[in-house]
Amino acid sequence: MIRLVSLLGAGLGLGPVSALAAGPDIGAVQQQATNWPAIFMFLFFVLFTLGITYRAAKGSKSAADFYAAGGGISARTNALAIAGDYMSAASFLGISGLVYSSGFDGLIYSTGFLVGWPIVLFLIAERLRNLGKFTFADVASFRLDQTSIRIISATGTLVVVAFYLIAQMVGAGKLIQLLFGLPYLYAVVIVGALMIIYVAFGGMKATTWVQVIKACLLLGGATFMAGAVLYKYGFSPEKLFATAVQTHPKGDAIMAPGGLVSNPIDSLSLGVGLMFGTAGLPHILMRFFTVSDAQAARKSVFYATGLIGYFYILTFIIGFGGIALLMSDPSYFKLGTDGTTYDKIKDMIGGTNMVAVNLANAVGGPYFLGFISAVAFATILAVVAGLTLAGASAISHDLYAQVFARGRTTEQAEVNLSKASAVGIGIVAIYLGYVFENQNVAFMVGLAFSVAASCNFPVLAMSILWRGTTTWGALIGGLVGLVAAVVMVVLSDAVWVKTFGHPVALFPYANPALFSMPLAFLTIWAVSKIDRTRRGDRERAAFDAQFVRSETGIGASGAHAH
Amino acid sequence: MSTIQTGGPSVTSDARTLHGGGALDMPEPDHRLDRIAEHPTFKTLVHERTRFGWILTGLMLVVYFGFIGLIAFDKALLATKVGGTASLSFYMGMFVIVFAFVLTGIYVARANTRYDRLSADLIRSLAK
Repeated sequence: MIRLVSLLGAGLGLGPVSALAAGPDIGAVQQQATNWPAIFMFLFFVLFTLGITYRAAKGSKSAADFYAAGGGISARTNALAIAGDYMSAASFLGISGLVYSSGFDGLIYSTGFLVGWPIVLFLIAERLRNLGKFTFADVASFRLDQTSIRIISATGTLVVVAFYLIAQMVGAGKLIQLLFGLPYLYAVVIVGALMIIYVAFGGMKATTWVQVIKACLLLGGATFMAGAVLYKYGFSPEKLFATAVQTHPKGDAIMAPGGLVSNPIDSLSLGVGLMFGTAGLPHILMRFFTVSDAQAARKSVFYATGLIGYFYILTFIIGFGGIALLMSDPSYFKLGTDGTTYDKIKDMIGGTNMVAVNLANAVGGPYFLGFISAVAFATILAVVAGLTLAGASAISHDLYAQVFARGRTTEQAEVNLSKASAVGIGIVAIYLGYVFENQNVAFMVGLAFSVAASCNFPVLAMSILWRGTTTWGALIGGLVGLVAAVVMVVLSDAVWVKTFGHPVALFPYANPALFSMPLAFLTIWAVSKIDRTRRGDRERAAFDAQFVRSETGIGASGAHAH
Repeated sequence: MSTIQTGGPSVTSDARTLHGGGALDMPEPDHRLDRIAEHPTFKTLVHERTRFGWILTGLMLVVYFGFIGLIAFDKALLATKVGGTASLSFYMGMFVIVFAFVLTGIYVARANTRYDRLSADLIRSLAK
């Protein structure tokens, strides 16, 4: 959720935008006056989703129910859930804020987040659904050694979930302080407790429906806002842009790429990380197992791509609407000492992340402001619930059932352990959210994306697509990608200089994916090539069986639990 | 697609993927599997779909990294005005978003017609 904001902060050292995700000027976040309309609307959302969780809990008995909602989610519902994972508070607040402060540059991120989806569809989605059951490790370990592959997949999953979740929790605390006027710790505890309830009681079914409801609310709210902006300019984007250019301090420069991506290597690396990170995020990959078959998986990607693209176009309009409608209105700014002057970007109340929220007030009044604030809170909840479920599944389904119990466990024991893991992850997340309150966590989401692109995605893609992949290749390659991504981020400016206080960064770029991902692929290929073990030979021979099933779905686990 | 799943007994048992041993105790490849792998319809399906998937992947990569490349190396070109206030960069960004959606649409349309029909043919001829 705070993904974008953090990526911006991490990737490009943008001060103002990363305020939300504990960037450099986190001190600027002040608790606001208690916002009652927003709190009431949010309480309504919570009660409604708890009702859904209660119903889901009554119907969830088997492992298939818990991990994959019984495989009974329709393509359209799944598309909304996938889109919901993308339409995070960071996409919504972060991109509109970025468009507000630098215009066109916001679109670079929108496109990066979107273009991973076609790749997932063309190469991964249907095969994933045909081969897998609950987690992407099921697919990666289909013909390879269960223990080794599940260890590397679960490690990749947990690293992604951990960094993502910390950034989310800290971002959530800050955001809620701003939107609701609640103290930081309350906010973190509320988010943590609710996500535990959704996941532990309702499993994937509740997690999916929470995400779907939020996606509908957010799409509705954003559509209304963009529509209201365009209405004020006679539905002429040209008039909106012309007004924006006249109002913005950077003038005409907002219509062209600016200084956001000054270094070509870094922009390519960011692109690689955004594009392929998408294809390796465990909480998103899990969604492909909630639909009945490959055809539904295929359709859900198509609908989701449309929804996400539409949403990003809305955020772009909202950002420009912010420029045109808010910049000349002093009531949205902290005024200077003389009481009249203000910096149109730096002095926005709550920082530029609040552009969409302030615009909600400008076009819809205080109740619409409350609605948008409540939706932003709901967004955080829905995303952290998905992450928690992905982490809990990796612990119970991959590590416990396959690695420790070596398959000698019952379905019920596995599900119970998964629920316990969800509680554990929630408590740890609350604790870490508390500990990291004043730390710079901006790099963490960038790191999560890089690990997903450099460990999860190569292991998954090579095991599905290349006959020659062996356990040794996938294990060592995945490990190399994981370590490379983490080390490069630690040695980069965001951590080595800003957190540890060293004078010079040892890794010159902010985003490692351009280097760490090819390194992982190369290692998988090279190690598999030199693997002369008998197990390696068996695994190559077993590719045919996997290939038939991945291409046809014959033998794939069906929509219903057995 | 549901026809595919009811196409007979599972090639690999579900239990194996849930709590199974993996490649080590993989069942011996049965003859049914060989029949599928050697089946001309299967070969056509896989060949066409794989080729199509990679072609579309290539197109997406070219368009996206072309866009990023222009941002990285030729900002001046992107700042060119097209019509009124909006610059070329704005239209290209919108184009990338629409292109991604249209590309997935093209794939799904072809998969829903051509590939699903080939799959159904394959299942039917295997059932004989």
